Amino acid sequence: MKEIINLPVHSIEEEEYHINMGPQHPSTHGVLRLVVTLQGEIVKKVQPHCGYIHRGIEKMCEKDTFQQIIHLTDRMDYLSAHINNHAVCLLVEGALGIEVPERVKYIRTIIDELARIQSHQLWWSSFGMDLGGLTCFFYGLRDREHILDIFEESFGSRLLHSYYTPGGLMRDIHPNFQKRTKEFLKYFRKKIRDYDKILSGNIIFTERSKGIGTMSKEKAINYGVTGPSGRGSGWACDVRKKFPYALYDKVEFREVLRDEGDTYARYMVRMDEMRESMKIIEQLIDNIPEGDFTAKMKPIIKLPAGEYYQRVETARGELGIYCISDGNKTPLRMKFRTPSFVNLGVLDIISRDMKIADLVAIGASLDLVIPDIDR
Amino acid sequence: MAFNIYDFTSFNQSIDQALYEWLPPFWALIVEMTIIGLVFLLAYAIVGLFLVYAERKVCAFMQNRVGPNRVGPYGIFQTIADFIKLLMKELVYIKNSDKLLFNIAPFIVIIASFMAIAAIPFAKGLHAIDFDIGIMYVVAVSSLGVVGVLLAGWSSNNKYSLIGAMRSGAQIISYELSVGLSLLTIIVLAGTMQFSQVVEMQSTGWFIFKGHIPAVIAFLIFLIASTAETNRGPFDLAEAESELTAGFHTEYSGIKFAFFFLAEYMNMFIVASIAATVFWGGWMPFHVSGWEGFNHVMDFIPPLVWYFGKTAFIIWLMMLFKWTFPRLRIDQLLNLEWKYLLPINLVNILFMAFIVLMGWHF
Repeated sequence: MKEIINLPVHSIEEEEYHINMGPQHPSTHGVLRLVVTLQGEIVKKVQPHCGYIHRGIEKMCEKDTFQQIIHLTDRMDYLSAHINNHAVCLLVEGALGIEVPERVKYIRTIIDELARIQSHQLWWSSFGMDLGGLTCFFYGLRDREHILDIFEESFGSRLLHSYYTPGGLMRDIHPNFQKRTKEFLKYFRKKIRDYDKILSGNIIFTERSKGIGTMSKEKAINYGVTGPSGRGSGWACDVRKKFPYALYDKVEFREVLRDEGDTYARYMVRMDEMRESMKIIEQLIDNIPEGDFTAKMKPIIKLPAGEYYQRVETARGELGIYCISDGNKTPLRMKFRTPSFVNLGVLDIISRDMKIADLVAIGASLDLVIPDIDR
Repeated sequence: MAFNIYDFTSFNQSIDQALYEWLPPFWALIVEMTIIGLVFLLAYAIVGLFLVYAERKVCAFMQNRVGPNRVGPYGIFQTIADFIKLLMKELVYIKNSDKLLFNIAPFIVIIASFMAIAAIPFAKGLHAIDFDIGIMYVVAVSSLGVVGVLLAGWSSNNKYSLIGAMRSGAQIISYELSVGLSLLTIIVLAGTMQFSQVVEMQSTGWFIFKGHIPAVIAFLIFLIASTAETNRGPFDLAEAESELTAGFHTEYSGIKFAFFFLAEYMNMFIVASIAATVFWGGWMPFHVSGWEGFNHVMDFIPPLVWYFGKTAFIIWLMMLFKWTFPRLRIDQLLNLEWKYLLPINLVNILFMAFIVLMGWHF
């Protein structure tokens, strides 16, 4: 009893208290739990607790064939489902040395960019919502619907497509695909100006985002923050430029970089990326060559024994897939380096000494997708 | 003047006299108070329900949606259905919460808004009490609501609620100054705080036109400050659903939540009607001096239409910017008040006093 009374009390931090943001919280967009240490309204520490939506995808991959693994990668970052699928396809194709038809490359690049646009649209919507501008949410979703309709027509599903297969595509694109994509580009060029009007140019928004959560270039590199979040700090980390896959070495596009490293810079990078993606699609959409929609593949894919690594640029950053094969039809080990998980790491550092409201804005600007964190 | 056809004074007086003839004075007073209370309670419920419906429709309009359209024609019974649902919901009590304060808080909020409505003139002779310090009474009473909000946040035993309540306390107390000072600008012009006289003085022109630039500035500041005072977006920091889940009323359910909800809309109605009364002439029709024919036509539109039309317009303005702007941060909110609105307001009062002294107003 005496020992209990004489316990040191240093561990009790005076005037600081903890608050659980999540697992059920409107602005974590899922089941992320942040234990936030606060002093009044000022954030002192953020401890992310992961695992609320852990499904063991990496372990499940060890029991699945490569065709089946594609369906699992959809479920990681569901907003860039196509791009995740693309990574697995590239891994298998690279390991087997398969050259996919030109047509497939064109279609994959276009669809990847469409996926990037719709992901950024949803990010924009939820970013506005997190800052309290509920109308943004509906504007973004309204425009995203157009892309989802295009997806639905060609692949039969709106969110989890599993459209790519190793060696090509599940089926050919719908005859309307090109026409509707061009219609969408025309439509969205007009609508993206509305986005700027309602949020980018709004004084409340700029006050809320400029100088908030500043991440230096060194910090971005040290923490491995890739994607638009890293590029907002001036780190040229675009996999599409550095390690081009599909047709990215043939199309012309700008790697959007900004040096400020704050929430506003990350916001503007994504806004400009949507425009760049539209530029990429415009270059390709009229030139899709005729041909097969898949290369000739064996029904059972066995990778030669060895280690493989493939990286792609998802809407959130660099997705790396590390695969060890022992020559069987299932991989011995699959490891996903998912961008959201790595980007989450920097949240604590850049949101210290900010207000709670800033923590929400910073979290939104990192564009975290929770199933991508937990896998 | 022609608007005497809509004068309720004699009508009220005849009821008053009749009651006093039939009943002893004490009981007559009780009956009068009961009647007024019931009328206001009814009006309160109807206006509250209608405003919730209006908000949902305006919000839907801003967001390219249809809004409620299933219950009744154009969904007008949607809010009634919602209200019945809230009535039937379970009242949840949180462990270790302060039960007494937890139960009292919604009533304080709703009583504060209910008291403020008493002094507002809806038409000539149509008001419960005509104080000689009416404006001051309304400002004083409407700021009582913050007590309820603070109690709700404190007694809920929830950190989100507490943060929301503290924010709300800081916010309402700060913006109370701007509300008071912007009304003071008009009081300088009017020279009275009695609502009926303030309205009467606007028969030759509404104060927003009479008072030159200072009146316009005062109106804009009043609009901003009163939006902040009613905890509505872009100043809805006390609720801030993306940060604090629901702020001070996180732990409330059922009818108690409905009280907070209704009080928010009623506060909006009250500040809009103060703005309409003080700046836009209340129930006074639109008059242009010299155009007698035009003025007569305007007089035939009933004062209740004028009053509710103006109030609805200001409410509509407040709804528009709620659904357009993102939310401010707490330090920016207080900066806006103490560094911008308050100094502007003080200079504005001097400006107005100067204009009144020189007799430059119309």
